[in-house]
Amino acid sequence: MKTNEVPQDKSHLESVSREVYYAVDENGEYKKALSSGWDVKTIALENALEEIERRVQDAKTRVLENKTSPIEYYMELHKMDLTVLSSYVGMWQWRVKRHFKPSVFKKLSSKILQKYADVFEISMEELQQIKS
Amino acid sequence: MKIDFTHHQSAHCENGVVSNLMSYNGFKVSEPMVFGIGSGLLFCYIPFLMVNHAPAITYRAMPGFIFKRFAKRTGIKIKREKFTNKTSAQTRLDENLNRNNPVGLQVGVYGLVYFPDEYRFHFNAHNLVVYGKEGDNYLISDPVMENVTTLTTKQLEKVRFAKGAFAPKGHMYYPIAFPEELQLDKAIVKGIKHTCRDMLAPVPFVGAKGIRTVAKLIRKWPKKKGVKVANHYLGQVVRMQEEIGTGGGGFRYIYAAFLQESSKILKNERLSELSKEMTEIGDLWRDFALDASRIYKNRSAQDDAYNKVADQLLIIGDKEEAFFKKLKKAI
Repeated sequence: MKTNEVPQDKSHLESVSREVYYAVDENGEYKKALSSGWDVKTIALENALEEIERRVQDAKTRVLENKTSPIEYYMELHKMDLTVLSSYVGMWQWRVKRHFKPSVFKKLSSKILQKYADVFEISMEELQQIKS
Repeated sequence: MKIDFTHHQSAHCENGVVSNLMSYNGFKVSEPMVFGIGSGLLFCYIPFLMVNHAPAITYRAMPGFIFKRFAKRTGIKIKREKFTNKTSAQTRLDENLNRNNPVGLQVGVYGLVYFPDEYRFHFNAHNLVVYGKEGDNYLISDPVMENVTTLTTKQLEKVRFAKGAFAPKGHMYYPIAFPEELQLDKAIVKGIKHTCRDMLAPVPFVGAKGIRTVAKLIRKWPKKKGVKVANHYLGQVVRMQEEIGTGGGGFRYIYAAFLQESSKILKNERLSELSKEMTEIGDLWRDFALDASRIYKNRSAQDDAYNKVADQLLIIGDKEEAFFKKLKKAI
């Protein structure tokens, strides 16, 4: 890649910072060059974000249909998966997964609920009642 | 207090932290030099592991390895500390700042409020330097950012104790002992040999063989996983290759810059030629990313489009294998 080929497309990052690339100048020497963004990366990122958004909406629907608990919804909302969430709350994955069951969720102690609420940085009420 | 520390922006966080800490201590070492001596370049497909609901591929060495190898090969001693207790993690950090010692920290990206939301994922192997504290604000030099920034005590604690894979556990590190003069030539040879060994490893997940394995997988995705999932997987491959901090082309350009610099230090003209070749391989990686992006942009999944990008990867795999065989002979 030559210095003048370093992509200068729009990106979500450009308002905060540009990125460093190493590129070859006209004398064949490697130099640092700044890039504001590259469409290829932006599309990949946007697709990933859309996928997360789809997962969030899907979880929300299932919470409202009483097929899963709000824990799964908040997990998706925070871009987490089971591994990440279970390590944040300090419980085994199977235990967290069990808490996805609405029947189990209803009977959870306030101590356990508080753990989840702390991780998601929300109140206990918000954890128990998601907005439709 | 504020330590007189100079922030230089870099492509990749770990190289950048090392390069910046070294220059604070009076040794001028470029980012590509750290990356090359630390044998940062790699290709590895990690079977069974899913990241962001897609197969995991890495284009670089494990977090922390670059600095570790760099230090060993140049004769620097690093002090590393991890903590279970959040208060002692902060106390130790403050002590170092009071001693005028800027430190490197491993942090989770999700809690880094200075990044736009779109970039905040649960990725725990990011690195930055803390170089002072003013009131409740820690002064932060994040090497991938153009400018320095700050984090409050609470925000910093959160990112130092992020959870999940590679949880940092407050990980703090800084160099404590240096050789009188930095002997780069031997370190460069060791670094290059290591990378050649990795890239030519007789393991189907690693190096050139790993690239071919991924090519094979890509061919199967549309039939096996359906259009949507296949497109998501392909998008993730590109993201891991081109996300912030890779310097483009999955680190290949940084490596080419390293070879160019090394050719002058070792007075080895061959390395300069190989640097040009690596640049071309970097360009091929970018072409691959571009063609892959066309597939998931159009949300189509014709088999031949997937076969086409898989073919591109096969060519890259062959080129890298030939390249590292030549590089091995050149030193």
